[in-house]
Amino acid sequence: METILKKAQLTRDDIDYVMATGYGRRNFDPAHGELSELSCHAKGVLFKNPLVRTIIDIGGQDAKVLRINDKGIMENFMMNDKCAAGTGRFLDVMANILQMPVNELEKRAELAEKPAKISSTCTVFAESEVISQLASGETVENVIAGICNSVASRVAGLAKRVGIKEEVFMSGGVAQNGGVRKALEKELKVPIKWSETSQMMGALGAAISAYEQVKKRGVLNE
Amino acid sequence: MSNEVKKKSPPDPNSAKFKLGKIATDAYVDAQAAKDRGEMIGWCSSNFPVEIPETLGLAVCYPENQAAGIAARGGGERLCNISEDDGYSNDICAYARISLAYAKTKDAPEQNMPAPDFLLCCNNICNCMIKWYENLAKDLDIPMIIIDIPFNPDYEVSDAQVAYVKAQFLEAIKQLEELTGKKWTEEKFQEVMEYSGRTSRAWLAATSEAKHTPSPFNGFDLLNHMAVMVTARGKKEAAEAMEVLHKEYLENVETGNSTFRAEEKHRIMFEGIACWPYLRATSTGLKSRGINMVTTIYADAFGFIYDDFDGMVKAYCNVPNAMNLENARDKRVKLIKANHVEGLLVHTNRSCKLWSGFMAEMSRQISAECEIPHVAFDGDQADPRNFSEAQYETRVQGLTEIMESKKGGC
Repeated sequence: METILKKAQLTRDDIDYVMATGYGRRNFDPAHGELSELSCHAKGVLFKNPLVRTIIDIGGQDAKVLRINDKGIMENFMMNDKCAAGTGRFLDVMANILQMPVNELEKRAELAEKPAKISSTCTVFAESEVISQLASGETVENVIAGICNSVASRVAGLAKRVGIKEEVFMSGGVAQNGGVRKALEKELKVPIKWSETSQMMGALGAAISAYEQVKKRGVLNE
Repeated sequence: MSNEVKKKSPPDPNSAKFKLGKIATDAYVDAQAAKDRGEMIGWCSSNFPVEIPETLGLAVCYPENQAAGIAARGGGERLCNISEDDGYSNDICAYARISLAYAKTKDAPEQNMPAPDFLLCCNNICNCMIKWYENLAKDLDIPMIIIDIPFNPDYEVSDAQVAYVKAQFLEAIKQLEELTGKKWTEEKFQEVMEYSGRTSRAWLAATSEAKHTPSPFNGFDLLNHMAVMVTARGKKEAAEAMEVLHKEYLENVETGNSTFRAEEKHRIMFEGIACWPYLRATSTGLKSRGINMVTTIYADAFGFIYDDFDGMVKAYCNVPNAMNLENARDKRVKLIKANHVEGLLVHTNRSCKLWSGFMAEMSRQISAECEIPHVAFDGDQADPRNFSEAQYETRVQGLTEIMESKKGGC
């Protein structure tokens, strides 16, 4: 917290309200309030894109699909089950096997001629499949495209259960990966919006929520 | 600083909680006493018609209740590991794994029970039960009596199904008479049926008091009290204790009290078997947010009301895991509407493929019909390795925030 304040050239006295979100939010002492990352992503995305009605958030620990009603309120959501497949962690593991940074996956996926079939059931199954596919001569590009398809297919299942309503926006770190985005568009047959700041939507939503709390209180630091 | 230790006040022996707890505990004591007298005792699956052993005067224990008790007291993983070491897959029911391990080790300090002389199995709860009991019968070299009540794909129970199942009830009674020397009498059955009806009516009346806002009870109470509904419905003590429970809830309604010790901000329905190894975590996660779990399908499921033998057979054909999706959905919708439920929390129980399997579609239909949000979390009724508290917390908080925003807050 001190590092961030220093970077922003602020002190604690300049902060009226701290809203914590994400895993560990309940254990962050300086926070005045806490809000789930579900609501934070919804607030952040809607602030930037008021017409969004479905949010697909793929992060490191989980994947979730949020349905927003016409009043801009989250009305339901669906999250992954007890498995890393379909989350950002899955991509981290795969990038590690392929010995390349995770942000290079997108570029290489674009060069694929025929995506390989990679399991979407289990990260460990997929890991062994990647190794055996590479060993049997499959190109790295095809394997990477298969990995992106695998994440997309898993998350598309969640999205279909929630019910897709346009516009669809992708938040969370995995939104940076065009391979997964495109595979999702293909699976869901809808265009998917995203932004360079997709990963910050949860933080933005938390900040908006903190602002709302202070406004409700009626006292705002100048 | 004071070293005074806050003493827990002794339980009131006239309270329903005390009486119901005693009935549950006495089930094991009575079975042991019968065993010590040289009588044959049985192990029985939870939806086997309890009226049969009760009318015959046979003491039985319930491996599912034992496994839940062991899991709640922290022994689930130890016993699951024993079964897995013997080759049982960790994909099968954790109650089965615990029970099979107990049959082998014959000791679990968390909850012991006497060894059986026969097994009573009914598959109206799941088909895993059949293989579980067959293996118990083989390992322990004792007879197993099975009643086959197939899943009913139709909305109503047909006369043909009643006839098919009735013949098996009669055969089971005959087999037990021959095996144990005990005799079935119509007078005793009438008495058991009367107590079972009284117990069930009191249970239904007590659980229906959740229609009041705030509810006079914490729904987690139901998860504990249902043990008596499963095992002791036909006993006089059970009927009396359930009537006391209803009276207490009525008093709470009048005085504005509740066994839910927090401000009731939201009301939900909980779906699935309790996550026994994490009962405190799952309950605290709700209570800390002012969420009262006011109802579960147990509120309806264990109200066995019937007037004769055929009616009893029909009731056992219409238990939750044996009925079709539409019937199961309608029962839940009725509970949700009657009890002003605002959200549905579903336990995706890795032990129970049947129940968890149909919940995905049923939740969707319930959510659409009642216009309430539904959220599922991963867990297990007895294997602690299948639950993550952080994941549970996020889902419950998300549900809370939706319920709040629907009320115009947040």
